[in-house]
Amino acid sequence: MCLGIPGQIVEITDESRLMAMADVSGVRREVSIAPVLGAGMTPGDLIGEYALIHVGFAMAIIDEQEAAETLKALEGLGEAQETLEAMAEGAKALEERA
Amino acid sequence: MRYVEEFRDPKAAKGLLAAIDRVVDEIGATAENPVYIMEICGGHTHAIFRYGLDKLTPAGVEFIHGPGCPVCVLPMARVDECVELAEQEDVIFTTFGDAMRVPGTKKSLLQAKADGADIRMVYSPLDALELARRNPEREVIFFGLGFETTTPSTALSIQQAAREGLTNFTVFCNHITVPPPIKALLDDPHMVLDGFVGPGHVSMVIGTHPYDFIADDYGKPIVVAGFEPLDLLQSVLMVLEQIRDGRAVVENQYARVVPEHGNPVSLAAIEDVYEKRPSFAWRGLGEIDESGLRIREKYAAFDAEAKFGIGYGAEVERSVEEPEGCACSQVMTGRIKPTGCPQFGLGCTPEMPLGALMVSSEGACAAYYQYGGGRAAVEAAE
Ligand code: SF4
Repeated sequence: MCLGIPGQIVEITDESRLMAMADVSGVRREVSIAPVLGAGMTPGDLIGEYALIHVGFAMAIIDEQEAAETLKALEGLGEAQETLEAMAEGAKALEERA
Repeated sequence: MRYVEEFRDPKAAKGLLAAIDRVVDEIGATAENPVYIMEICGGHTHAIFRYGLDKLTPAGVEFIHGPGCPVCVLPMARVDECVELAEQEDVIFTTFGDAMRVPGTKKSLLQAKADGADIRMVYSPLDALELARRNPEREVIFFGLGFETTTPSTALSIQQAAREGLTNFTVFCNHITVPPPIKALLDDPHMVLDGFVGPGHVSMVIGTHPYDFIADDYGKPIVVAGFEPLDLLQSVLMVLEQIRDGRAVVENQYARVVPEHGNPVSLAAIEDVYEKRPSFAWRGLGEIDESGLRIREKYAAFDAEAKFGIGYGAEVERSVEEPEGCACSQVMTGRIKPTGCPQFGLGCTPEMPLGALMVSSEGACAAYYQYGGGRAAVEAAE
């Protein structure tokens, strides 16, 4: 949960709430782009960009090479797999019925 | 050099290790009289063990593992309060998975879930928000845990809940901040610390200036680092060079991700939603001034402490006792290695953790256990 994971922003899903779909290692996950939306930017400007994503929030724009190297480092630590599992858990939690 | 071939660029790693050797010699540091470098972030602790950096660097460098693993410093009392919140009627308690196995005085969240409480692991506070939207008849509580990397996400979620007028979403805020425990450790007369490797992703949010006091007031070097093994080696070298040259400044090895002034949107959200608590308890370290955050009065409707009367907002004072035989506080302050704890690998394993340092892969004990050969590490250390 402490280390971010790189993802590519592929689509804006909710302009008003600043939500976008990100591709994280082949898994699609909706994330907030609020932290990386600089002054004078529109959400659409972020499509195609890579971001470091922390618990569902894009926190920094990084370049493609940095994204690839960060992902490799995370895989080496087993953190990438952990994050993807956490995303799957999160999706499951929404469907669960008490 | 057991692991160097695994590095992204083994040649660069060897070059950095040779440079580290040289500077350690120039400083005159030895196994008996080493340079003590604290890596603050648990992610760095994990990477150091995973890549055997503690073994690859010369004996004159000693890593002290810092308090930067939020799960590890979570007091038992907070876990008890989570269980208490979760076991109320009509509550969905949401948490990052990391917190599930942290032992409380009676049970962990995992055990509470097995006992029937509706506890759900989420990836993001956004998942908790969505649960609140979908279950208007239930109270959805999110366990806000972590340092400045997760703090803005909770703040932005609370702001969003306020915009939507949600009335069934609250946060049990246990967010903590990195600089105060560093100050506490520097003020501890028993601690010997010569320099720091600073956290990368925390700094991405807060920038590098919150560490100025380490250099300016305490005269210690700090280098903000990425968590790739090469980043870490380079940062260690930068710390050592400062020590050799008698300099103490804040340097940023991870400038490709960490802006000097942090992330403005996140900082604004943190400032809007939270204020500092006068003091906050850390497992193993005790109460530390202004080290925790609470939700401001104007967002009280989203504050689980205020709504349910639990936690620091409650009447009952809770003691923060550690389990019998656990040496977490000594490990946490660098006084002993994990292998020096009598419970290590016996009463305390990653499967059945007794202390919190064994719960997450970012905890020093779990990292020692995972990469050091479990209980065998004790014999090896002797
Ligand atoms: S081995 Fe377990 S009990 Fe001992 S210090 Fe580590 S976490 Fe604490």
